[in-house]
Amino acid sequence: MTTVAKRSPELPGSYLRAAGHRFDVRKVRGDFPILRQQVRGRPLVYLDNAATSQKPQVVIDAISRYYERDNANIHRGIHFLSEHATEEYEAARRSMQAFLNAQDTTEIIFVRGATEAINLVAQTYGRTHVGAGDEVLITAMEHHSNIVPWQILCEEKGASLKVAPFNDSGELLLDEFAKLLGPRTKIVAVAHVSNALGTVNPVRRIIELAHQQNIPVLVDGAQAVPHFHVDVQALDCDFYAFSGHKVYGPTGIGVLYGKSALLDAMPPYQAGGDMISSVTFEKTIYNRLPYKFEAGTPHIAGAVGLGAAVTYMNGLGMEDIAAHEHDLLAYATEALSAIPDIRLIGTAKEKAAVLSFTLDDIHPHDIGTILDQEGIAIRTGHHCAQPVMQRFGIAATARASFALYNTREEIDALVEGIRKVRKVFA
Amino acid sequence: MPDLRDLYQDVILEHSKAPRNYHELKTANHKAEGYNPLCGDRFTIYLDLQDDSIHDIGFQGSGCAISKASASMMTQIVKGKSRAEVETLFDRFHKLVTGQSANGNQYQLGKLTVFSGVSEFPVRVKCATLAWHTLRAAFEGKEEVVSTENT
Ligand SMILES: Cc1ncc(COP(=O)(O)O)c(C=O)c1O
Repeated sequence: MTTVAKRSPELPGSYLRAAGHRFDVRKVRGDFPILRQQVRGRPLVYLDNAATSQKPQVVIDAISRYYERDNANIHRGIHFLSEHATEEYEAARRSMQAFLNAQDTTEIIFVRGATEAINLVAQTYGRTHVGAGDEVLITAMEHHSNIVPWQILCEEKGASLKVAPFNDSGELLLDEFAKLLGPRTKIVAVAHVSNALGTVNPVRRIIELAHQQNIPVLVDGAQAVPHFHVDVQALDCDFYAFSGHKVYGPTGIGVLYGKSALLDAMPPYQAGGDMISSVTFEKTIYNRLPYKFEAGTPHIAGAVGLGAAVTYMNGLGMEDIAAHEHDLLAYATEALSAIPDIRLIGTAKEKAAVLSFTLDDIHPHDIGTILDQEGIAIRTGHHCAQPVMQRFGIAATARASFALYNTREEIDALVEGIRKVRKVFA
Repeated sequence: MPDLRDLYQDVILEHSKAPRNYHELKTANHKAEGYNPLCGDRFTIYLDLQDDSIHDIGFQGSGCAISKASASMMTQIVKGKSRAEVETLFDRFHKLVTGQSANGNQYQLGKLTVFSGVSEFPVRVKCATLAWHTLRAAFEGKEEVVSTENT
C-alpha cells in the first residue's frame, strides 16, 4: 500500500521537499489554522477525519486567490479571465491525473464527491449494462453511498444485489467473494478502505478475480486516498471514486476516474451546457471526454482548491503521510486496547487510520458528548454503514479517525477522555 | 460552560442502568416504535389504555443513557394519567429540556426536572424527547415507526 508516490514534474509541491526530510507534525499542524483554536476551553483535538478533514492555509488561499483574481466561467469566454479560469481548472485536472496516476486527463471527471461519482456510474454504465436477472456485487462493509445507488438500479432493472461477507475482524472473505462472481455479475463495487472499520480491502486481488470474468470494478476510494498513494493503473480498476473534502480539499468537489474506453461508451449522466458539442432540436452531439460528464458550470474554485490540496500532500510525501498515520494507528490501537471493557470493532491486519470501538454497554452517543466536553471531536453512530453495525450486533460505535496532522499527544488525550467516560458511568 | 454533571445526574445514570417498566406488556392494546436515525436509538412503547387513561405501560429498546433514563422515568410518571394530562406533561418537559421553562412552569414535572441539564446540550434534546414522541404515537395507535427526524 505504501509504494512511493510518483512525483510529477507538474506538481510544484513535489520537489519542495528535499529527500530524507523528516515528517514534522508540529510544523504540519501550523499549516492548518483551524487547529489553533480552543473548543470548550480546551485545545481542539480533531479526530473525526473520516467524516471530513481540515484544510491547510494553502487550500484556503488557493480558493480566495481564485475568486480574487481568476474568477470567470470556463470553456466559453475568449476573454482573459475566462482563459485563466479554464487553465486553473484544467491544471487541477492534471493534478488529479498525476495523483491517481491515470493514463490520461480525459479519464478524470470532476463531480461533487464520491457519492455523485458512484451514482454517475450506476446511472450510466449500470443502466446500460445491468438487465433483468443480472447481478451487482458489493461487500458487506460498504458505505450507504455504495449500496443504495446499486439497490435503486437493481430494483429498476429486476437485477439483484449480491453482498460478499467479512469475518469477525472485519476482513473481506475473498473466497466467498470469488464464489459470488459469475456470468450474471455485471459490475463489482467495493470500498478500498471501510469508513466504519478501517479495513483496507485487497482491491488488486478483487480486480484480478473480477477481470478473469471480464467484470468491471468500481473502487470507492473515499477513505483510501487521504492515507496512501493510489495508482489506478497498477490496480487496473475500471472506476475509482473519491471526495475532495476528505483529502484536505473543499466540500462539493470530487473525482471519478474511469478508463476512457468505458467512459466513451457510456451515455451522459446529466445534460446541459458544456457536455455538448452541437445542439439542434433534431439531434445533439455530445462533447468529448471528460466534458461529456460535466454538464453545467462546475465547481471551479473547488477543483482549484482540491488541486492545491493534492499539491500540499505531495509536498509532504504520501509515503511519509502513510508512515506517520500508521504510527498513530498502532499507538492508538495499543493504548485503547489497554482500557478495560473496550471492544475494538474492526481489527483487520490491513487497516488505515480508523479506530471504531464500543465501551462496556455505554452508548457511543454518551461517549461522544463526554469527549466533546474535553474538546475531543469523534464520530458516534452507525457511520452510514448500518449493515456493518448489524453484522456486529451493535447499534453504533464511537469512531476516532486520524489525519496527517494528528499527534500521539492527541491520542493520549483521547485515552484520558475515555477514562473520564468510564468514571462518569462507574 | 455546560457541566457534564448537570447532564449525567445520578438519577439519570441510575435509571439508564436499571430502567423501570422495561418489558413488553402482554395486556397492551396500543404500541408504537420510536427511532432516532442520527444515533440509532430505538424504543417500543406498550400501552394498556383504559378509557383514555394509561392503566399500564412498558417499554423496550436500546439507546443512550439520556434516552433510556427519560423513557424509564416517563413510564413512571404517566401511569394513571389521561391523554390530556400526558400532553400537558410533555409540553412542560419539552420546555424544560429546551431551556424555555421558567421555574414556575416545572410544576408537576417532579423528578423529571433532573433533565433540565439537557438544555445545555442542544444535540441531546432529541434523546430526551424520543420516548415522549413515541408515547404520543402510541396513543394515536400509529403503527408506523415515528422518527425524531420527522417531528
Ligand atoms: C467509504 C465512503 N464512501 C463514500 C463516502 C461518501 O462521500 P461523500 O459524502 O463525500 O460523497 C464516504 C463518506 O463518508 C465514505 O466514507
